Amino acid sequence: MTPLLLSAYTATTCLGRGLDATRAALRAGRSGLIPCAFESVQLDTWIGEVAAVDAEKLPQMLADYDCRNNRLTQMGLETDGFAERVRQAIARYGKARVGVFLGTSTAGILQTELAYRRRDPETGALPDDFHYRRTHNSFSLAEFTRDYFGLEGMAMAISTACSSSAKVFAAAARQLALGSIDAAIVGGVDTLCLTTLYGFASLQLTSTHPCRPYDAARNGISVGEGAAFALLERADGAPAGSVLLLGTGESSDAYHMSSPHPEGLGARQAMAAALRAAGLTAPDIGYINLHGTSTPANDAAEGKAVSALFGDRVPCSSTKGATGHTLGAAGAVEAVICALALSDGLLPGSPGTERLDPAIPVDYLLQTRAGQARYVLSNSFGFGGSNCSLIFGVAA
Amino acid sequence: MSAQALKAWIEGIGFIAPGLPDWPSARSVLRGEAPLALAPSVLPAPSLLPPAERRRASRVVKLTLALGLEAAAQAGADVATLATVFAASGADGHNCHAICEQLATDDRQISPTRFHNSVHNAAAGYWGIATGSMAPCQVLCAYDASFGAGLLDALGQVVVDAQPTLLIAYDSEYPAPLFAKRPVPDAAGVALLLTPARSERSLACISVAPATDPAEPLAAADLEALRTSIPALRALPLLQKLAMGEGGRVCLDYLAAMQLTVAVEPC
Repeated sequence: MTPLLLSAYTATTCLGRGLDATRAALRAGRSGLIPCAFESVQLDTWIGEVAAVDAEKLPQMLADYDCRNNRLTQMGLETDGFAERVRQAIARYGKARVGVFLGTSTAGILQTELAYRRRDPETGALPDDFHYRRTHNSFSLAEFTRDYFGLEGMAMAISTACSSSAKVFAAAARQLALGSIDAAIVGGVDTLCLTTLYGFASLQLTSTHPCRPYDAARNGISVGEGAAFALLERADGAPAGSVLLLGTGESSDAYHMSSPHPEGLGARQAMAAALRAAGLTAPDIGYINLHGTSTPANDAAEGKAVSALFGDRVPCSSTKGATGHTLGAAGAVEAVICALALSDGLLPGSPGTERLDPAIPVDYLLQTRAGQARYVLSNSFGFGGSNCSLIFGVAA
Repeated sequence: MSAQALKAWIEGIGFIAPGLPDWPSARSVLRGEAPLALAPSVLPAPSLLPPAERRRASRVVKLTLALGLEAAAQAGADVATLATVFAASGADGHNCHAICEQLATDDRQISPTRFHNSVHNAAAGYWGIATGSMAPCQVLCAYDASFGAGLLDALGQVVVDAQPTLLIAYDSEYPAPLFAKRPVPDAAGVALLLTPARSERSLACISVAPATDPAEPLAAADLEALRTSIPALRALPLLQKLAMGEGGRVCLDYLAAMQLTVAVEPC
């Protein structure tokens, strides 16, 4: 594919708001996970909660969008000057030529969960102040973002569970290649809700410890939340040192709804497709940001796929021990972490992981270290067997 | 930069809507050869799924399998190799209701199956299990604009990635009380097998461009009611052209202020 410029990017997770907080935490090997005290949830698990989300006030005109997920969306957009960069792009290209491609797994379903506690005792009706379209629907964060900037062009939400906001890069890249848009707001936002916390617990996939990706004793995920965005544009004349999207690869496991293919076959196909799209081969890659959820099955399957393609020579890590698993936002959060790895010359470590699983033969980074990768790859896999790999590099 | 044509050939069509169990029956009604006899949508048993999954298959899983298989069969395409784009304005509404209802009680231990079926891409996941296709699978949502969003991304895959792509646009109903907030009346959808080059199986060529015109309403009030009440059926003006074997342009509702015009050339 033709390289695309990430002309602006930002991430907000439990590590903090914005790039500086994220890079400081990555450098220090700090985790943002805390014991779960979210809402009325009573589960023995750890979560990655973003501070002060509910203090965020939406503009009066967009009041119907008010819910935790759109509050975090706005918070993310108004970080690192991202919204200003979007407005500059709109001024350059026009409001019908900037597309919106955002990933989520649950959007604002928390709003519906809360509304179900307030049903009319006589009729069972949901309260009048509950706005399904603007909060619950999977499109709500994309429509909110489109309206926030007064855009008039194409928009879509991609919802393939935990690969959602990696796949947005591929969808936006196609439209940029076609010339149907000149810039794209890509990203992902997912927020804590009861469906995912109790849901992952029901599958026995949440850990009672902070998650420990690729650890021999790993026993589940820590659910997190986050908002991460990038502005994608054509890369002609990109300043040296800017971060580029070089390749995307998508595949399906065709195996099981909630377990990965045990040999990581789909994962391997996605990584191979991303390499092909980027015109690179495995030895070119200098760092892999693993999906690394910290479930026994995911890390084993992904590890097999990575070692089959890359052997044990590429430094790799999951950053979910730092951020938690931000689900539909994970692809975009980890794309931004890859951008920081490239711009700052750092290879992130894996807080929480202590004793590596000896059955997984990869070069796993426990501690953050300095290192300038030329090309980095990020993996995102989701329920339903949805896989996406992205490759980023730096403009010469 | 000048835009490249969003162009593809249609090799197969799948269709299910209230009173219209498949594409041949929809085709007759759209051609005015048969009346629309409204009846609840008929969702075939998902025989392609393994027995355990078949028993538990939800309405959206049955709907999407039937839609996709009908389009692929017409084209003689191998579903095990096809890239797919699933476009839906919502997921499984009954499953969503059951989870929200239970989470509002003191017993919040939802079932693991309910949880993994709650994802927006559940139907796509079962499609993969049923067909064995490891090709890219997109799942998107744009509320009432979901058909248009799916068409745009499917055409992107056809043109940029030069691969046949099966678009499956579908919707299903919520039970009360969510139904009052989102009154989609029944399960329905359309599948289009889109290819990058003309073949002897091509039915028509379509080119899609942005527009600001209003969508043309369908002349028959009952069909127009389906078009406006079920997001995936915003495709009906295009399907009417295909049913008639007519060339020309139609405008489809997408996302205000952006509409999509589709130029249709029968093969």
